Amino acid sequence: MNAFTFERLSLPTDAARAVGARPEAMFLAGGTTLVDLMKVDVLAPDTVVDVRHLGVSSIDVSDQAISVGAAVTNSQLAWHPVVRDRFPVLSEAILSGATTQIRNMATVAGNLLQRTRCSYFRDVHASCNRRQPGSGCDALDGFNRGHAVLGVSDHCIATHPSDMCVAMAVLDAEVHTVLADGTTRSIPFGEFHKAPGDTPHVEVALAHGELITHVVIPHLAAARRSHYLKVRDRASYEFALASAAVVLDLDGDTIRAARLGLGGIATKPWRAVEAERALTGRKATDDAFRDAAEIALTGAVAREHNHFKIELAKRTIVRAFATARDANP
Amino acid sequence: MSPPVLTVRETVRVRTCLRVNDTTHELSVDSRLTLLDALRDVLGLPGTKKGCDQGACGACTVIVDGQRVLSCLTLAAACEGQHVVTIEGLAGGEGLHPMQAAFLQCDGFQCGYCTPGQILSAVCAVQEVHAGVPSHVTPDVRQTVNGATTTDEEIRERMSGNLCRCAAYPNIVAAVRQVLSSGDLSTVARSAKVEVLNERLHL
Repeated sequence: MNAFTFERLSLPTDAARAVGARPEAMFLAGGTTLVDLMKVDVLAPDTVVDVRHLGVSSIDVSDQAISVGAAVTNSQLAWHPVVRDRFPVLSEAILSGATTQIRNMATVAGNLLQRTRCSYFRDVHASCNRRQPGSGCDALDGFNRGHAVLGVSDHCIATHPSDMCVAMAVLDAEVHTVLADGTTRSIPFGEFHKAPGDTPHVEVALAHGELITHVVIPHLAAARRSHYLKVRDRASYEFALASAAVVLDLDGDTIRAARLGLGGIATKPWRAVEAERALTGRKATDDAFRDAAEIALTGAVAREHNHFKIELAKRTIVRAFATARDANP
Repeated sequence: MSPPVLTVRETVRVRTCLRVNDTTHELSVDSRLTLLDALRDVLGLPGTKKGCDQGACGACTVIVDGQRVLSCLTLAAACEGQHVVTIEGLAGGEGLHPMQAAFLQCDGFQCGYCTPGQILSAVCAVQEVHAGVPSHVTPDVRQTVNGATTTDEEIRERMSGNLCRCAAYPNIVAAVRQVLSSGDLSTVARSAKVEVLNERLHL
């Protein structure tokens, strides 16, 4: 691990300025990604700025939204009574990820910024356009069973690993930030993460030094009927092979509106808008959900080892919607 | 292709004040030092174990400000002002903590290497059940769980961050079950000298 200067600051703007001033500086929150990747030399910041003490650690509930501080831990958010009651999909998504120890450390902002688990990204001896632009991608013709089938490019097929972000995507969260010059802005969740395209190293819509201060989740009455289904190789403590975050707004057995997010199969937290539209006005039957699943996976591109994910994702979508339909919110 | 050339600069030292098992230590440490290495190599507390050293096995679990965390992914410098409880400080005296006693009675280990992490994790798992918070296998996250209704599936899920290479899992579940069923769950937290989780979560 490279040596680095360690700073702890107490104001968001100071933290943004401290990182913004040095090209190799990075923010440190829970450390579950940064410390891990520093140990394997994938990340080598010369300055680490601890952002867990900036006064952005609370969950504030209003009539319109809940505002989640950037340093709120994954556990705090998943266990919050209002989140469990109004956004079960979010609690379920978070609780399906990692372990209690890691969720106690990992923060909301850190989860938004977590890096892919692609083994070639984590191995400095492998080629990876995400880690080292222009070096190639060993996953394309390598062991790509866990890789993405949606949002892929010829330069990167790494899966976005987050469960929480898939739920945030369907809840239309907004990411609020502060820049080094003190200005603030908010970024719609759907624009926050970037598909790899020709620039896989550009993962999010943040400038260097731009600091996430909080995430706002607008109230959505229909979200009481929501569900996160995660399919994986183990019952616990494993990344998704496929996952679906769903919200169903029902009028009797007719769908007024539906929302669908996908994880484990895409290069960014995926929102299947076309599939959502196709469900509007239909009866909430398994057949309708299957039709939506076919639309959601249109355009999926598989490689040698991850063909199975396309059908797995479709079945995951159907079961997630059926579970939400049959629940008693 | 060749790996990137890495520059290792001179060691940067950071002053940090660690409160471990009720003892405060003023330290000047390498900024790269993890809490795990600080406990074992600087403070002479080898009860916390280094397994994978990359956040996968849970052997290094300690309790920081009342919450179980992985000390291998925690920088010592980032623990300034926080209260760390290790296996050495769990019982708070010569006697055994109820969870330690339960692991002995239920034979919840074989080689013992993962046991300190298992026990600290289990103490917190019991507290979390006591606080009523759900896990991934709770049928409805709106539900408030309690010790009486906690299934073995719940215990396994809540303990899934602690691997046991000897596979003593059935007996570990039995030990956690024994403490969960003992009734007065708050004594677990009190005797562990850790903050009550409810306060931390503002429930």
